[in-house]
Amino acid sequence: MSESIAERTDDIVDEFDMFEDWMDKYDHIISLGKELPLIDEQYKVEDNLIKGCQSRVWLHADYDGEKVQFTADSDAIITKGIIALMIRALSDQTPQAIVDADLSFVDQIGLKEHLSPTRANGLVSMIKQMKFYALAFQSKQA
Amino acid sequence: MSNTSTSPFDIEAIRSQFPVLEREVNGRKLVYMDNGATTHKPKAMTNAITSYYETINSNVHRGVHHLSQRATDAFELTREKLRAHINAEHSYEVIFTKGTTDSINTVAWSFGELVKPGDEIIISTLEHHSNIVPWQMLCERKGATLKVIPMDDHGVLDMEAFKALLNEKTVLVAFNHISNALGTINPVKEMTALAHEVDAAVVIDGAQSMPHLNVDVRDLDVDFYAISAHKMYGPTGIGALYGKEEWLNKLPPYQGGGEMIDTVTFEKTTYAGLPHKFEAGTPHIEGVIAWAASIDWLNELGMENISAYEQELLEYGTEALLSVEGLKIHGTAPNKSALFSFNIDGLHHYDIGTLLDQLGIAVRTGHHCTQPLMNRMEVPGTIRASMGLYNTKEEIDTLVAGLNRVIPMLK
Ligand SMILES: Cc1ncc(COP(=O)(O)O)c(C=O)c1O
Repeated sequence: MSESIAERTDDIVDEFDMFEDWMDKYDHIISLGKELPLIDEQYKVEDNLIKGCQSRVWLHADYDGEKVQFTADSDAIITKGIIALMIRALSDQTPQAIVDADLSFVDQIGLKEHLSPTRANGLVSMIKQMKFYALAFQSKQA
Repeated sequence: MSNTSTSPFDIEAIRSQFPVLEREVNGRKLVYMDNGATTHKPKAMTNAITSYYETINSNVHRGVHHLSQRATDAFELTREKLRAHINAEHSYEVIFTKGTTDSINTVAWSFGELVKPGDEIIISTLEHHSNIVPWQMLCERKGATLKVIPMDDHGVLDMEAFKALLNEKTVLVAFNHISNALGTINPVKEMTALAHEVDAAVVIDGAQSMPHLNVDVRDLDVDFYAISAHKMYGPTGIGALYGKEEWLNKLPPYQGGGEMIDTVTFEKTTYAGLPHKFEAGTPHIEGVIAWAASIDWLNELGMENISAYEQELLEYGTEALLSVEGLKIHGTAPNKSALFSFNIDGLHHYDIGTLLDQLGIAVRTGHHCTQPLMNRMEVPGTIRASMGLYNTKEEIDTLVAGLNRVIPMLK
């Protein structure tokens, strides 16, 4: 997992290009959701809940002084798959890289326009929260 | 499916009145099963909107000129048609509002002016937030107490518990005719009679009943009945509040403004008579006038025929859905409208709804604005497929096939 965020998101775009039908894309998202590593139960608390999701999403971030590790979970599997994509793009990166990350891949794979408004809001909240964590770690370091 | 239906109306002819039903969604033919949220509109209604603007557009009750007179006549004709449709005694007992929510808030505010500390208001577990929150606000404002009728696991209200809640402090009882989340049809007439024994006023949330049932407010003997046009094949932004004359006369007006006055001086204003006392400002003229077309159209089909056809869909759909592995139907009242609220064992309602949408099937997922009810059933939400008179057994088959396709994807 040493590639840059841009390399990783390019990979994701290529991966989604392989599917023509949105049912297949969803199938892929669902399998990513199923593979998402389990979050430590102690982090599935009210404080880690992201607002703006119809399904519940817990997000936790760890920082070792160099890189940020995200773990997350959701009660809905499609949401979990979307989280898996975001974690794949942003986890194990420096706070600076996360803060600066260009996340236009979300639009490129057509995800946002294909989501219901509530889920799209949830995705926006999730991205905001991930960048917010990175920003907090960055300022702690400074 | 017409060959298996005993209903006297021609489903293809009905569907042809709804151009939107022909469209595709996500590359598949739309299967619209979110009629509980809002129904689609027949061409007769949309034509009436255009025709209003192209021929008689003007303000009502104000002008001396020809167009205003024509618009006023058409506007008042809807009031009369709605009166006849719900069998109210007088057309001035029909007040135009923005919809069910607005109707309930009107009563909660105006009736609320008569409420004293210690008075009790009863609602039910089955209520939509719009029949909960206005009463909570009233209780807070006036120091009254809110009581809730419990229900059993089928979604049937507990009549013994209701009787036990009623007492001389009860001033008002509010509940829905049909539950939007479970489809339960409540025994309005029987409950109203019980409430009247303690002289409590009865407010019925009729948002979900108007498209499905023949509603007779005089037979039910209710004091108030709240209606949304958009759920009964009419326009959005318009609805009605039926109120018995003696109540409407007794209540103070809800909002002040033009139209609702008799004379105004800076010292004192006297109010107009019914129904204008409750209709401040320029109304939703186009909506009122076009609503008449929907009412006529429903009456041509016949509410009894509609109910009978939809009951067929209910029976067919219940059996078909129960064939799906792990599916649990929420709301199994013996007296129920054609609505299926369900969950799939171990799966999230939101995932199912998202994938069904990919297949062109429109259902609603979530709490359906009934969070206390969801808490009572101990589920975060359900998938709801709510039928309209244009739905078919084939579409139910499509829903079932859709479920059988998406469930394995999520497992
Ligand atoms: C039972 C019930 N009551 C009230 C409402 C609110 O209706 P409206 O939004 O048209 O005011 C709805 C609509 O969802 C409903 O289903």
